[in-house]
Amino acid sequence: MTIGLPHYLAVSAILFVMGVLGIFINRKNVIIILMAIELILLSVNINLVAFSAFLHDLVGQIFAMFVLTVAAGEAAIGLAILVIYFRGRGTIAVDDINRMKG
Amino acid sequence: MIQIIAFYLFAIMVVLSGALTITARNPVHSVLWLIMAFFNAAGLMVLLGAEFIAMLLVIVYVGAVAVLFLFVVMMLDIDFSELRAGFAKYALVGFALAAGLVGEIWFGVQAWEAGPIQAAGRAAPTPDDVPNIQAIGTLLYTKYLFVFEGAGLVLLVAMIGAIVLTHRNRGGVRKQNVAYQNRRRPQDATRMTNPPVGQGVEL
Repeated sequence: MTIGLPHYLAVSAILFVMGVLGIFINRKNVIIILMAIELILLSVNINLVAFSAFLHDLVGQIFAMFVLTVAAGEAAIGLAILVIYFRGRGTIAVDDINRMKG
Repeated sequence: MIQIIAFYLFAIMVVLSGALTITARNPVHSVLWLIMAFFNAAGLMVLLGAEFIAMLLVIVYVGAVAVLFLFVVMMLDIDFSELRAGFAKYALVGFALAAGLVGEIWFGVQAWEAGPIQAAGRAAPTPDDVPNIQAIGTLLYTKYLFVFEGAGLVLLVAMIGAIVLTHRNRGGVRKQNVAYQNRRRPQDATRMTNPPVGQGVEL
């Protein structure tokens, strides 16, 4: 028995579903929602690197790097918005974020 | 054999850490489990032969993003038990949606038919005799140079955005004004008087 591409894709799929589940079960807490998004991006990275390794094509790893860049930027901006929101309102509960009446 | 054990170790740990990240009661524990998940994902990537991405994952995610999360979680004074109030209510919907997603992925995988891999169609075949980091560097600074610059720009914009968003001007702060201090001359600051005896000085 050897470890092949399907094994890695299974891990990636489980992690992805777990990230989506995390968004739903913690839907009041923005910080954990952001962490769940990080989990989703991590699963995408595992997927890209696994395909890159098994197809002998480096582009997947290059692309994983760019996904990582965007994830870092997203975390920085998201947490900055969270901090200024908390400063202004004193809460970060998602249900209370309704100023824009969306 | 050792690869199989290592794969299952990392895979089980990453899945377990992910599960604990989204279910932990305390958000600080959530962040710590997220760090654990990143470490184990880095292990998986080392197994795949992508050492550079693995190290990047440890440096960028564990070193920067997770610590940023930790700072924010510890800085904000929030009653987290209140935020968890509807956990059971949302869990039902969440698990139903997750089951639906798993079903969709399963359906998609079953319906997918893989053609033969076209070796000539690869955009950048992995060279055999070069280490991973060198191969990535060669590719990144030639073919994907402008995309790389674009990624740098994304990070710059994110950095400026975060600083602009969180920066605030505090009122009532006494700051040192160096130009004003340097402009001040002795005749502005001192006054020569010759008070008579017994009268004191006028301030």
